[in-house]
Amino acid sequence: MAKNIAVIGDGESIKGFSAVGLDIYPCDDAAEAGTLLRRVADSDRYAVIYVTETVYYAADKARARYEERLIPAIIPIPGVTGNRGTGVKRLSAFVEKAVGSDIIFND
Amino acid sequence: MAVMNVNPTRMQLTKLKKQLVTAVRGHKMLKDKRDELMRRFLELVRETRELRDKVERELENCNAHFVNASAVMSKQALDGALLSPKQQINLEIDSKNVMSVEIPQFEAQTRTADKGDIFPYGFAFTSFELDDAVMSLDKVLPDLILLAQYEKSCELMSAEIEKTRRRVNSLEHVMIPRYQETIKYISMKLEENDRSSRTRLMKVKDMLLDKAHGYSERAQ
Repeated sequence: MAKNIAVIGDGESIKGFSAVGLDIYPCDDAAEAGTLLRRVADSDRYAVIYVTETVYYAADKARARYEERLIPAIIPIPGVTGNRGTGVKRLSAFVEKAVGSDIIFND
Repeated sequence: MAVMNVNPTRMQLTKLKKQLVTAVRGHKMLKDKRDELMRRFLELVRETRELRDKVERELENCNAHFVNASAVMSKQALDGALLSPKQQINLEIDSKNVMSVEIPQFEAQTRTADKGDIFPYGFAFTSFELDDAVMSLDKVLPDLILLAQYEKSCELMSAEIEKTRRRVNSLEHVMIPRYQETIKYISMKLEENDRSSRTRLMKVKDMLLDKAHGYSERAQ
């Protein structure tokens, strides 16, 4: 089964991705992020959905239901406004969940 | 630790002993599963972290290129150039079983084999900064897909480790001690019953002998 890759985020950050073959869904309004993410994820066409950090935080609730599923993988990426360290924080949360305390990122 | 609410019978004792054996074996196996999952998970997390650092650096680089491009081109021209993409990425999805956790495997295929298809515009009216930007994005894409695979695997594995850890703990600190306590309670109760019936028998025997031969009268 072949699926595509989607990118959700503010227009400025994501427009380049369309050139290299990813589907882009511009989302400049944080309030819309959750609905849009749900719509994109439930369309069942995407295996990976990259979201900018702003969207990642805005769509907090919508994201939770896809956590246990194999696909889609919802992955935060830094937007054009700079890196807020969401990705590393997310990894550290995984370690904390698995081990009980963060033993890798606390240095 | 509370003793289970069971009848202190020999049948129940055998049943509980069997359950204890199963619980101990299950505990050992789950513990092994947890340890192995943990080892693989930590390995994967280290790799993922390195990959993420690399991808984030490269993405920042891409964003810088795009900012440069939008500085020299008008917004309309830039949007127009990227409006109708030629290339499309298809992901073949496979899954791998790691200690009963299904983790995804992505394999990317482009719609066209031509490398040049990442540029959906003619070069006449666009700046070279845009070419740089698109090219750098194309370069980071394989890593970006690998990162998605790794991070999803981390997510799924951490959830499974948490579950397994809870199971191991509940077996180790709740179920097994409870079985042991109950088995002890039943065997003590059975021994107690045994002793009481033995003394009763001895007493009855004494009484019967006394009646038949009149030992107590003879003693007087």
